[in-house]
Amino acid sequence: MTDNRFFNRSELIGILVLAVFLVVVLPLTLDVFRLNLVAKYLTYAFVALGLVVCWGYGGILSLGQGVFFGLGGYCMAMFLKLEASSVENTKIQSTPGIPDFMDWNQITALPLFWKPFNSLTFTIAAIILVPGIFALIIGTAMFKRRVGGTYFAIITQAVAAILTILIVGQQGYTGGINGMTDLRTLKGWDIRPDHAKVVLYFFEVGCLFVCIMIAQFIRHSKLGRILVAMREKEDRVRFSGYSVANFKIFAFCIAAVFAAIGGAMFALNVGFMSPSFVGIVPSIEMVIYTAVGGRLSILGAVYGTLLVNFAKTSLSETFPELWLFGLGGLFIAVVLAFPNGLAGIWGDYVQPRIDRLISPRKPKPEGWTDSSVADGAPAE
Amino acid sequence: MSDEETKGLLSPLRRKLLMGIAAVPAITMLPRASFAQTPATSAINTTGLAVTDTEVTVGILHSATGTMAISETGSIEAEKLAIEQINAAGGVLGRKIKFIQEDGASDWPTFAEKAKKLLVNDKVAAIMGCWTSASRKAVLPVVEQYNGMLYYPTFYEGLEQSKNVIYTGQEATQQILAGLNWIAKEKGAKSFFFVGSDYIWPRTSNKIARKHVENVLKGKVVGEEYYPLGNTQFNSVINKIKLTKPDVIFTDVVGGSNVAFYKQLKAAGIDLSKQALLTISVTEDEIDGIGGENIAGAYACMKYFQSLDNPNNKAFVPAFKKMWGEKTVIGDVTQAAYLGPWLWKLTVEKAGSFDVDKIAAASPGVEFKGAPEGYVRIHENHHLWSKTRVGRAKLDGQFELIYETADLVEPDPFPKGYQ
Repeated sequence: MTDNRFFNRSELIGILVLAVFLVVVLPLTLDVFRLNLVAKYLTYAFVALGLVVCWGYGGILSLGQGVFFGLGGYCMAMFLKLEASSVENTKIQSTPGIPDFMDWNQITALPLFWKPFNSLTFTIAAIILVPGIFALIIGTAMFKRRVGGTYFAIITQAVAAILTILIVGQQGYTGGINGMTDLRTLKGWDIRPDHAKVVLYFFEVGCLFVCIMIAQFIRHSKLGRILVAMREKEDRVRFSGYSVANFKIFAFCIAAVFAAIGGAMFALNVGFMSPSFVGIVPSIEMVIYTAVGGRLSILGAVYGTLLVNFAKTSLSETFPELWLFGLGGLFIAVVLAFPNGLAGIWGDYVQPRIDRLISPRKPKPEGWTDSSVADGAPAE
Repeated sequence: MSDEETKGLLSPLRRKLLMGIAAVPAITMLPRASFAQTPATSAINTTGLAVTDTEVTVGILHSATGTMAISETGSIEAEKLAIEQINAAGGVLGRKIKFIQEDGASDWPTFAEKAKKLLVNDKVAAIMGCWTSASRKAVLPVVEQYNGMLYYPTFYEGLEQSKNVIYTGQEATQQILAGLNWIAKEKGAKSFFFVGSDYIWPRTSNKIARKHVENVLKGKVVGEEYYPLGNTQFNSVINKIKLTKPDVIFTDVVGGSNVAFYKQLKAAGIDLSKQALLTISVTEDEIDGIGGENIAGAYACMKYFQSLDNPNNKAFVPAFKKMWGEKTVIGDVTQAAYLGPWLWKLTVEKAGSFDVDKIAAASPGVEFKGAPEGYVRIHENHHLWSKTRVGRAKLDGQFELIYETADLVEPDPFPKGYQ
């Protein structure tokens, strides 16, 4: 059983449970409006997943994941916006055929860097490559110089702030603080009606599971073990002859690409992209999702994201004036009482009981003890 | 301090509770008395909105939290006051208005999400809401897709018109042109310096102002500068103002930045009683933060000031203070928000139906004689005919009315020659 490179048995069960929950239970119990909300929450799960790899395993805390979420989201939104800005849709403008915000800012021709986004293939490539290459540049610049820990976190924050200012300031090219709104169709297919929302939801869940599999693979590969080793004792790994910087860059790039896919899904599902997902506050919020879910747990990240966002929505619907206090209280409680988040609660309290229930019949579940060591689980 | 804060937080809740308790006997008594004269629900609500024989539900969608809360709270309060007054006067088509309040949290996508929730889940008959252009832009596709009705209170940049929105604030040409004409005539102003926050509203407003200054007033714009939202360093632009010595400083700096801007102007020795300054973004609400002593002497150009001397306003201001406290101030947008529920009620009664399509069609021509700003009327383009006024800021944070247009100004969201 431990031969399987992707998962051991308890992980397989966990993934199946999540799959049933997302693919069967939620679509059957929720109306389309709520399902679309779940789709919105799940876009952040991509970011949280990336943070598990980069922060949980690699020990690299990035407080700027909003940058990559935003880059992915803007790439997708640019494509959708161009399609929504056909000449007949924009007849009322002084220059028809360009996005409305350009017209408001006296731009009379489509800027050069917008032109390739007429192609869906280019857009999909850009969603992966633009954030990936950007992360590669930041990562190389930082990790090769052995900048790490708090300093790295501060620099990622600065990048998030810079990108927000850039987007807001260049509103003729980016839509400024309003962002890109009123996205309508994808290759002629209307993304706004209910049935489209359902299709997009399943598509997103599919992509999420692909990313979960990639994360699982990384975790069980030698690479994942080196990441954990690096987190625990960086110098030893370096003295053993590994290039620590390259492994860190890799983990950071993976997290960036996951976040970008989430951003692109966001633009598709919500029909909207704005600089309010790029800045420092949303970036920190994304770290909170991971922390609540448990930063060492791939599935915990998904549940944590869902729980926090669900709490956010329902608290704000019930107490429009007081909900932020409730949410703040929830974070403090989780971090104080359960430093390893939801996954920690599961691992410490629920899993042992289940084990005890099963163990009389199956005395030696060896896979589990193995994996808990490999995970670098919260022992230390 | 902390005591006061908790009180401030609790009191709206408590008030809501009390209002609810007070409403119980009224509601239980209502049906028998009113069945006879109110039209049947099936006749006036053919699209499944949240209308019963005794109640109709509307949504209030503003930021109660986040950076915009300071501005939007006034709008929430004004809308609740209007709803309470309408209910006290018998409601709409015999139905009491019930409201569901949602928090946009100063976050544009949240606005879109909550608007969708109000329309799809709660089936509200109308939404009073949004404040910033960004939040309106986010909500607009939602109300259009689900065919809702939005009453939007803020003065804004124009370039928009929707069947599903009634704009109760002024669009840019309405607000700006009369003010510029006045200051050019009164002060003989020829040179203007523009300072604004960097987003769509100031940029569009300044574009319109520039065309007007250059083409109509034959004056000159000697400088145009933008700063990010929340910026607090205005020294460099103040130096440029001192160098270029414009006849008028024309500003559309928004939100908290205003505090820094006016304090630094004063510190740099620019005396607003000698240097003319015309702002289109400072209402009584902002002066609360800026401090009357820092801005006294400046001119503001909009459609409403709390100090307006007319019978409607004389009733409105005390009613507002009675409900929300003696210290509250009422700015232009707060008044415009107050118009929303009233205009909706009048339109529903004109249409004889809650159906959104019928309301949208019946809106043009609806008149509201009880508006605190004075008589207003809805134009075919869903904006309001309204007067433009210039006020001068006083030390106590109020404006003294200096000038108002003789007639209502026609709203023109797509102004020819200004684009």
